Amino acid sequence: MASDQVEAVLRLEGVRKSYGVGTPVEAEVLHGIELVVRNGSFDALTGPSGSGKSTLLNLIGLLERPTSGNVYVQGENTAILDDARLAAMRGRAIGFVFQFHHLIPVFSALENVMMPMLLDRGRRDAEMEERARALLSDVGLAQAIGKKPAELSGGMQQRVAIARALSMRPALVLADEPTGNLDTKTANEIFDLLRQFNERYGTAFLVVTHDARLAARCDRNIALVDGRIVRDPGGTP
Amino acid sequence: MSLPKAMMPTTWILALRFLKERRFQSALIILGVTAGVAVVLTITELMGGLQGNLVARVLGVQAHIVVKPAEDDTRLVRDRDENVSIAARVEKRAQRLRSIDQWESALPLLERAPGVVATAPVVQGAGFAVRGAASRPVVLFGVEAERYLRVIHFDRFIVSGQFRVAANDSVVGIELAKDLGASIGDRIRITTAEGGNDTISIAGIFDVGSRDLNRRWIFASQRMAQSLLNLQGGITNIDLAVADIFESERIARSIANSAGLTVESWMATNTQTLAAFANQNMTTRVIRGFVVIIVALGIASVLVVSVVQKQKEIGILRAMGASSQSIMRIFLIQGGIVGIAGAIARSALGALIVYALSRSLRNVNGSALFAPEFAFSTFASAIGLALAVGVLAAVAPARRASLLDPVAAIRG
Ligand SMILES: Nc1ncnc2c1ncn2[C@@H]1O[C@H](COP(=O)(O)OP(=O)(O)OP(=O)(O)O)[C@@H](O)[C@H]1O
Ligand SMILES: [Mg+2]
Repeated sequence: MASDQVEAVLRLEGVRKSYGVGTPVEAEVLHGIELVVRNGSFDALTGPSGSGKSTLLNLIGLLERPTSGNVYVQGENTAILDDARLAAMRGRAIGFVFQFHHLIPVFSALENVMMPMLLDRGRRDAEMEERARALLSDVGLAQAIGKKPAELSGGMQQRVAIARALSMRPALVLADEPTGNLDTKTANEIFDLLRQFNERYGTAFLVVTHDARLAARCDRNIALVDGRIVRDPGGTP
Repeated sequence: MSLPKAMMPTTWILALRFLKERRFQSALIILGVTAGVAVVLTITELMGGLQGNLVARVLGVQAHIVVKPAEDDTRLVRDRDENVSIAARVEKRAQRLRSIDQWESALPLLERAPGVVATAPVVQGAGFAVRGAASRPVVLFGVEAERYLRVIHFDRFIVSGQFRVAANDSVVGIELAKDLGASIGDRIRITTAEGGNDTISIAGIFDVGSRDLNRRWIFASQRMAQSLLNLQGGITNIDLAVADIFESERIARSIANSAGLTVESWMATNTQTLAAFANQNMTTRVIRGFVVIIVALGIASVLVVSVVQKQKEIGILRAMGASSQSIMRIFLIQGGIVGIAGAIARSALGALIVYALSRSLRNVNGSALFAPEFAFSTFASAIGLALAVGVLAAVAPARRASLLDPVAAIRG
């Protein structure tokens, strides 16, 4: 158990999530999830629409708190953290890539990539700009650093979003249907990019996808149905 | 366009960028704040200017503080010809003028009293001015020119000749000169109930803007007034000037307590004027309060709309590690910036308005009704007020932004 904790970037213990608690429409969406994600792994999370994949990702990403159960990030129990420390941990340990790029329109590609670092450090410095440039060049956008999101194609926007998710060098990146909005060719490129970062930096990825072919290219495929993990071949028992 | 290179905090960068993005809304609300601050400051400056002008007029001919003999037996001089019954009573009670006891020793003490900047002994009494067949009741002031002018700048009312009171040289009002058909260099006979009878020579003629005073006041040398009023070596009151005119009453009280004399400040003799000021000030305050509330509501409503529009960005920022506190700060800063920008924009505008008003609002004789007062402290407090109003108005929207559920916000 102890060595398992050291290795796990993420551990969920009996996580339940209900919406509308205390109202007539109260409904439990996740029913006692047990899950471990190891450092440096590249895992797929699949399941039918409405099965609770996004809800699970939001809990793991510390955007929401579970109704019961515990979420451990890098061995730390997040239940005991206050809002400010939860936000700080979210910024440092976890990166997000959404189905839609969710870049901030008023800022350039470079500024968007710098944003997590700006929020974490409170003000701009030279090192963060350098790192953002390097990341943008890694995703093949060295020429587009000054462009606003609206000036970029869908694939380019998603590349900027990936660079942004990696800018704090998080231990875990959560990607919710990162290729869901892209054509097959671009989707493959984006998927390859995620895989590259996983191999180069040892960043763990948890990728929600509806694409069975992409899921097959992951190390492990966690299947969620109706708020329960029904199949998890690579998971530790 | 890149982020400012300066070491600007991230919350400021975001606040400025959000304001800049909605530049039309931002400009509108800054304009609103500008107008609001302009109204508040203009009304304050206008009132200050008008009241200052009124005080200057009152104090143009009246000492800040007048020290009189103990008790109240000096009122005869002023009230003698007011109405018969009072005149009769006064006549009976005070057969003759009273001098302030040991005024020569009281004078240096008054000079040294805190807040007092100048003192002038005055001999004051009633008499008649006679020339040919014409005879007019007058109030006679025996003063030492140099000293007296330091307390009351009467010389600025001189319209011909000069303020010279020495030997027989005297100064009379323009109406009295007209009534008696006299001009500079002419002689007038003065008689008093105390048996005085002498001739003065007109050295100067004044116009204080009041027909009554122009008709009744005569300034003569102290020695001549003393002999006319049968008050050799005595004086009836000491006029004082103080540094801060609104401290007059407090200073008067402290002098009265220590000297055992009757001490009256201009504030005590002009209670109606001061009451009118108090009413004006109250009205000004109410108007100011309403304007401040309207401005605050304007800022708040613009920011509320902004929070709704920026909902998605707020959610994204939260996902990138922004705490709810820093989201709150971003909107408080926007409120503060709008407030300060409005106040600064108004500095130029409001100064123009007051300047224009001071040029257009004029007295009957064409002189300016009030001098515009551009006090730095007023500007500083306007900026402080606008900043406070901006930040306070932003509290509710900022709280709302900080409480947004990031998941729902991102979903939009
Ligand atoms: N804020 C909410 N309030 C109430 N119910 C919610 C809320 N968020 C999600 N749900 C419900 O929880 C269930 C799981 O939703 P979730 O978005 O996690 O599914 P998903 O697996 O991501 O689906 P999809 O593949 O369509 O994205 C759904 O039935 C949904 O209606
Ligand atoms: Mg989903």
